[in-house]
Amino acid sequence: MTGFLGFPKGDVISILQYERKELEHLFSVADEMDKHLRSRSRLDLLRGYIVALAFLEPSTRTMYSFQSATYRLGGKTLVFSSKEATSLAKGENYADTIRMLDLYSDLIVIRSRHEGTAKYAAEIAENPVINAGDGRHEHPTQAMIDLYTMYRLFGAVDGLVIGVLGDLKYARTITSLLYGLTRFKPKKVYLISPGLLRLRKEVYDKIIELGLPVEETTSLQEVLPELDVLYVTRIQKERYPDPLEYEKVKSLYRITPEVLGNAKKELRILHPLPKIDEIDPAVDETPYAAYFKQARWGVPLRMALLSLVLGVYEEV
Amino acid sequence: MVEKQLIVSKIKEGIVIDHIPAGKALKVLKILGIEGKEGYRVAMVMNVESRKLGRKDIVKIEGKLLSRKELDLISLIAPTATVNIIKNYEVVQKYKVMLPDKIKGAIKCPNPNCITNRPREIAQPEFILRKKEPVELECAYCGTVIKGEEVEKYLKP
Ligand SMILES: [Zn+2]
Repeated sequence: MTGFLGFPKGDVISILQYERKELEHLFSVADEMDKHLRSRSRLDLLRGYIVALAFLEPSTRTMYSFQSATYRLGGKTLVFSSKEATSLAKGENYADTIRMLDLYSDLIVIRSRHEGTAKYAAEIAENPVINAGDGRHEHPTQAMIDLYTMYRLFGAVDGLVIGVLGDLKYARTITSLLYGLTRFKPKKVYLISPGLLRLRKEVYDKIIELGLPVEETTSLQEVLPELDVLYVTRIQKERYPDPLEYEKVKSLYRITPEVLGNAKKELRILHPLPKIDEIDPAVDETPYAAYFKQARWGVPLRMALLSLVLGVYEEV
Repeated sequence: MVEKQLIVSKIKEGIVIDHIPAGKALKVLKILGIEGKEGYRVAMVMNVESRKLGRKDIVKIEGKLLSRKELDLISLIAPTATVNIIKNYEVVQKYKVMLPDKIKGAIKCPNPNCITNRPREIAQPEFILRKKEPVELECAYCGTVIKGEEVEKYLKP
């Protein structure tokens, strides 16, 4: 444990900033936060703090999750959402918006459809910046939640056989999750997608370099019986110019109770939400569905993250 | 040595970029922004024998000095290159180019959706050296990877 100083304060741009020990510390603080939530004891770690939520691209779920986490810690939020962001289309740049929010708050959570916005914001702002998704690049806090969910469900990420399914090419949650997994020792990670939506070379090369035991496949059925975790993302219509091709692919990767026929009993399905029709609602009622738990655990995880990043966490 | 002298006549003041991988000389000139109309006297030889490389290219430019940025860019296309600085027909300095750990403001990110390509923002494109053989660079903002040998396509004006 020598030299370990807990979770670093300051900007959260990429999950690759963090070492395993730091993520594990984050998880244990999230456990602590969850205990407080369940016992409904009040926490005031963020009393007097203002968190700016700069959602230059709309995402109500991620925004509410951060907002809820801030309120639960006794803090307040300033919301700059896509509606206000339309003024950006009329000429104001991101830089001025970031400067303004930095002056009015203690921390900025930022989401944008342009890759690199969070790093850029962190260079401009004095206060810490948290990346809540920058284009197709990264979504580190979602990956922290995904890893925390596995840790809660199975007690560890090490040794798990994990399948990630869907749009591996453009889904930023997938990139961040895979980068996050390189910090642990899963037994195997299957990359399941149609050929067109395979992982980008730059991401594939990096996870191989970092020693993640991955294997690409187009067939869910082939690997399903081995899986402990199936991480599902949506395949978007825009990716397919031919609507018939899209329908074919969509039905091929849709998760239904029938498809899960030869899965392990212990299999758990994760999804960053919102889901549309990539998972049959009938699956929601089965023990396989863990995505609502995952969404719920997002709040204690983000509570832990906010208090660590601001340096206000003390063991309670 | 004799052969080299046959092909490359001496210049008075300027630079000789030697040990350029065969076929890359034109890319090196492009990186230096040399098209001919600038008025420099330029000599170029391609595909000559080299003990180190098998075949190599050489570029000689009279009346030019290299900036740090130009040297960095040359190293990406031609990591084996050596630069000779000539004064009064003599080589006064000779050194190998060195791959920079990062390069800022010189290369445009090929990803149109990258923050560094937003016209009203002040983000300077920055690339991190990710691999040395072959040279690969990664955009510090969006993670897009480009090959060293294709940087001349993404030069920032
Ligand atoms: Zn970029």
